[in-house]
Amino acid sequence: MMTRRVPMLREIRLGIRTLILHKLRSLLTILGVVFGVGSVVAMLAVGEGASQEALRQIRQLGSHNLIIDSIKPTDEAVAGGGRVRMVMYGLRYLDEARIREGFPAVARLAPAKIIRKEVRLGATRMEMRVVGSTPDWFQLVRRPVVAGRVLTALDEEQGTAAAVLTEHGARRLLANANTLGQSILVDGKAFEVVGIIRSAGGEGAVQTPDQDVDIYIPMTTARRVFGDLTTRRTAAGHEREWVELHAMIVEARELADVEPLAWGIETMLRTSHPDGGYQIRVPLALLRQAEATRRNFNIVLGSIAGISLLVGGIGIMNIMLASVTERTREIGIRRAIGARRRQIVRQFLIETVVLSLTGGLIGVGLGLFIPLVITQVAGMPTVVTAWSLILSLGISVGVGIVFGLYPAARAARLDPIQALRHE
Amino acid sequence: MTRASPVEDPVIELHAVRKIYRMGTEEVRALDGVSLQFGTGEFWAVMGPSGSGKSTLLNLLGCLDVPTAGRYLVHGEDVSGLDDDALSHLRLRRLGFIFQSFHLIPQLSVRENIELPLYYLGWDPAHSAERAVELAGLVGLESRVNHRPAELSGGQQQRVAIARALANDPEILLADEPTGNLDTATGEQIMRLLGDLHGQGKTILMVTHEPEIASFASHQLHLRDGRIERIEDPS
Ligand SMILES: Nc1ncnc2c1ncn2[C@@H]1O[C@H](COP(=O)(O)OP(=O)(O)OP(=O)(O)O)[C@@H](O)[C@H]1O
Ligand SMILES: [Mg+2]
Repeated sequence: MMTRRVPMLREIRLGIRTLILHKLRSLLTILGVVFGVGSVVAMLAVGEGASQEALRQIRQLGSHNLIIDSIKPTDEAVAGGGRVRMVMYGLRYLDEARIREGFPAVARLAPAKIIRKEVRLGATRMEMRVVGSTPDWFQLVRRPVVAGRVLTALDEEQGTAAAVLTEHGARRLLANANTLGQSILVDGKAFEVVGIIRSAGGEGAVQTPDQDVDIYIPMTTARRVFGDLTTRRTAAGHEREWVELHAMIVEARELADVEPLAWGIETMLRTSHPDGGYQIRVPLALLRQAEATRRNFNIVLGSIAGISLLVGGIGIMNIMLASVTERTREIGIRRAIGARRRQIVRQFLIETVVLSLTGGLIGVGLGLFIPLVITQVAGMPTVVTAWSLILSLGISVGVGIVFGLYPAARAARLDPIQALRHE
Repeated sequence: MTRASPVEDPVIELHAVRKIYRMGTEEVRALDGVSLQFGTGEFWAVMGPSGSGKSTLLNLLGCLDVPTAGRYLVHGEDVSGLDDDALSHLRLRRLGFIFQSFHLIPQLSVRENIELPLYYLGWDPAHSAERAVELAGLVGLESRVNHRPAELSGGQQQRVAIARALANDPEILLADEPTGNLDTATGEQIMRLLGDLHGQGKTILMVTHEPEIASFASHQLHLRDGRIERIEDPS
């Protein structure tokens, strides 16, 4: 016996018309939702941008990699005083061998000697980080080759005097593709420039094993030519440092191996280096941490945005309650004609949802615009994801339903006779 | 007091209907035991002094309210026990209302006001628009279908209200002082319109306290203090 349902589209159109009737009021009503949704979208975009940037930086380190650095002990820990100080610390060649042989999960390993030396090309000279390493280095720290080639197994075996420059380093030395094959002086020793690779780049918070301005030479050559002992002039006199390896990049076979491997190496090194002098960095763990941080960040941002949406919702409810009072007679008329309570509820609910969804749409526009400004002005990376838009629109519809229900129920509960008498 | 002779096929039957309003400890017997039959095609004028219960009776007959006691039958079906949804449905299908202050919805056009019952009946837009224009023509307002109620005179607004009341082709038209807000000449126009509808066989129940207006009706019911005082039944 029930009547056919009124199609939703007609109800929506009617709702839109009623709201257009009070343009200014409707606009003011939805401001809260506009800013609420706008800030949800904008904040999620900033959060997403920040985390993607962090992920990008961490991925650069390689998710399968562990990075072990030698750490110089603090001055107090250094034995002996006087004018000539001798410091001995860090990773040993023995450690490298033990890691290679003791852990089957190790796929590749690139040891590195890192020494600061003066480098000369023609008349230009500058101090650079000289990195002695094996060909695996270029597999584990992947940088595109700009010109020439990287170091090979042959260089390593024969201990050639080959040198690879980074792009930035080459630029500073006024070197270019034509420089390939030319001679370069590293601490007065002649090397041949065999290639130029892209620089690490990026001023990220994550420290990559390579730097913008590096020069790479074979490990065997570095050991033979520069040895393990370096002398440095300090204010107090001379400081001599004995370091065998400054860093190691260890690649695990499987992603699942990364953390057990880190733990295993840590345990091993703790025994052989009871005084420390090394540090293990696990990009995967940093990645996990970054993801956890992002989650927390989003929760905090979400709560703030939630509060503005709540305020927006209350604003809408307030106006809808006023609207119900104002239109009491209309409700009475509709009821007298035969509208059921449920249809009155629908009518007001649809009006509220139209309001809040309009606010949501404008808010999304605002939320797309703000990140552009933030990127322009503050240089922060921002990423607007599709799901953040869907989420915000969903939330604005939800706000409309939640805050529209009470006014709509009030409207439907009105006694038709009383409503008709209402002035 | 009842009718001289029982009605063959009553549209509405009231049996000892009471409507009591309680205001704190005080009790207002708006209707105090009304029993009456309304026949198909009759045009009733409900009369009586202010506060005698005319509007209360009409609201009950219009299924906008339920009696405190007694039985109320429409075509033999007891309505007193129906819930709100069922009463709404009854109003939508069988009843048409005309009010003293017209009660048009201001933001809707004349056509849309007339369409309102059809909207709730679920008619498709094209058909209901067609019917609304037709009804506007019936009350002489075909040229005003796109106007807002505020742009019409009182008499024109009441004619729109009549067109709206007719949209669902109701069995019973209920009118509470339909000419109360109109001048005499306009009031007579409206009454002629109702008279025509009566002539076409509509059952009409109308509240008024003006004898000239009541004279358009075929039957008169006089109330006093919630009771039937007198019935004028031509048969
Ligand atoms: N909602 C209500 N609450 C309490 N008392 C009411 C209510 N509605 C009506 N009454 C009372 O019931 C009695 C009948 O009222 P009703 O409106 O039916 O009178 P009426 O005959 O229509 O009068 P009028 O000619 O002035 O319109 C009056 O005493 C009125 O005060
Ligand atoms: Mg009255």
